[in-house]
Amino acid sequence: MTYIIAGSCIKDDSCIEVCPVDCIHPKPGDPDFETAEQLYIDPEICIDCDACVEACPVDAIFPEALTPDKFEYALELNAEFFVERSTAERTAIP
Amino acid sequence: MTDAVPRVAIVGAGPAGAFAAASLWRMRRDVEVDLFERLPTPWGLLRGGVAPDHQEIKRLDDTFDRETLARGCRFFGNVEVGTDISHEELMRHYSAVIYATGAQTDKSLGIPGEDLPGSWAATEFVAWYNGHPDYRDLVFDLSPQRAVVIGNGNVAADVTRMLVLSPAELERTDVADHALEALRESQVEEVVVLGRRGPAQAAFTSAELRELGRMDGVDVRVDPEEVELDPLSKRWLDVDGTFTARKNVQLLREFAARPEDPDARRRIVLRFLRSPVEIRGDGRVDAVDIRRNQIVQADDGILRPRPADDEIETIDCGLVFRSVGYRAVPLPGVPFDERSYVLPNDRGRVLTPDGEPLPGVYAVGWIKRGPTGILGTNKRDADETVRCLAEDIAADRLPTPPDPAPERIEALLAERKPDLVTVEGWRAIDAQELEQGSREQRPRVKLASRDELVDAAREATGVAAR
Repeated sequence: MTYIIAGSCIKDDSCIEVCPVDCIHPKPGDPDFETAEQLYIDPEICIDCDACVEACPVDAIFPEALTPDKFEYALELNAEFFVERSTAERTAIP
Repeated sequence: MTDAVPRVAIVGAGPAGAFAAASLWRMRRDVEVDLFERLPTPWGLLRGGVAPDHQEIKRLDDTFDRETLARGCRFFGNVEVGTDISHEELMRHYSAVIYATGAQTDKSLGIPGEDLPGSWAATEFVAWYNGHPDYRDLVFDLSPQRAVVIGNGNVAADVTRMLVLSPAELERTDVADHALEALRESQVEEVVVLGRRGPAQAAFTSAELRELGRMDGVDVRVDPEEVELDPLSKRWLDVDGTFTARKNVQLLREFAARPEDPDARRRIVLRFLRSPVEIRGDGRVDAVDIRRNQIVQADDGILRPRPADDEIETIDCGLVFRSVGYRAVPLPGVPFDERSYVLPNDRGRVLTPDGEPLPGVYAVGWIKRGPTGILGTNKRDADETVRCLAEDIAADRLPTPPDPAPERIEALLAERKPDLVTVEGWRAIDAQELEQGSREQRPRVKLASRDELVDAAREATGVAAR
């Protein structure tokens, strides 16, 4: 399973701060951060700890199994974001 | 000044002001913060801008409350800085003033007919349906069958959704009662949305665009020819395009491939590479003339629209919503950059015309960076301004206010503004709205006039019988 971020994300970075495995991107300072419309969770890395759900001020994050129908698309969307650039690439030390 | 508690006034209790107050407390526990707001209610565009059918986002108000008012930040609502109290007066009571006044007016199109009755700034419509007390008396004639929305950003998307949502869906939101009543009777069947650039450059978020394609009983129409990308846009999308732009193009292609829905209640038509040249009508709007654009690469490398030919297409319509951006207005007593429509600043420190920091004066949010970004952008923007302020406190660079006692400013405001709304007053408004909401199975029923708001606030604070 994984957690997913849906379209009501406001790009408040509270979730990034609490994520223990650094799987939420892009992060402030990343080249694509300013143009990103929301943050995304890498399903390959997410450990389902629920910390981000607690931190999100607008309840934009759901466990995959409890995703409301209207945000169904977000599962694929979150995964797709990391196809273009993976978490490994994003977190590599330059 | 080193021994005194730094006292900070934040002017504007919208998201930028709220994030700034929260940030101040994260960085310095010893500051006293007061939030000034020209409306009787806090949270700015969170309450008055975010669309009523996006209630998840409005939950941010809990966080704002918890991180500001619940921590002892005072609220001075229904007070307009520059009118009720001047900048100079604030500087007598505070060591620093942070301006978070946003961008309060809309950009104009600069085409003939813009001011015809029936042609509205989208921001007027937004303020009206969200119960902004200064806009409740506007009368939107929703009897025409076709409306045209000019612009391709999220405000344009919000306005479009509000025009096509069914009464049953609207009733579940906190849309203002006067708007609910008018929208229930709306005869609008088709909303045409005009983007001057192509699908690759549309400023919608993909979430908003997707939503337009998933509305109950609403058909979304896109001409397949208009989503064909020109070579410049195609290359840009492949090489420099954002994830959102790629998603948008993908969604628009999918919309274009959909068969027409003969049973649809209402229809959204998304048009691209089209600019309005004139809004026409005899005494009121009855058509918009548009022209076709092509994408060209300007000398700076940026892709821009340019007229493709002289051909004019006329769209008959009785309503126009202009949604081409917000613009800030100058504030009395502080410098203003007339070209960029912001307070001239360096990372939030407001600068004099000589480019020197003006001691104790800061900016945050749209009045600092212009009307860009989404809600969360203000958090990092606020952190930047507050870091400057914290440095200035540490370096003893703030002016010493001659009259710093916290009760003095409150007394002055109470004397000058008998209908001052404080934290207790706002809590009473909030409670009353939520209670009425729960009676009607809605998230909230807004009090939408200044009188109602002020009365609700007064009842709670026991000053009703004066």
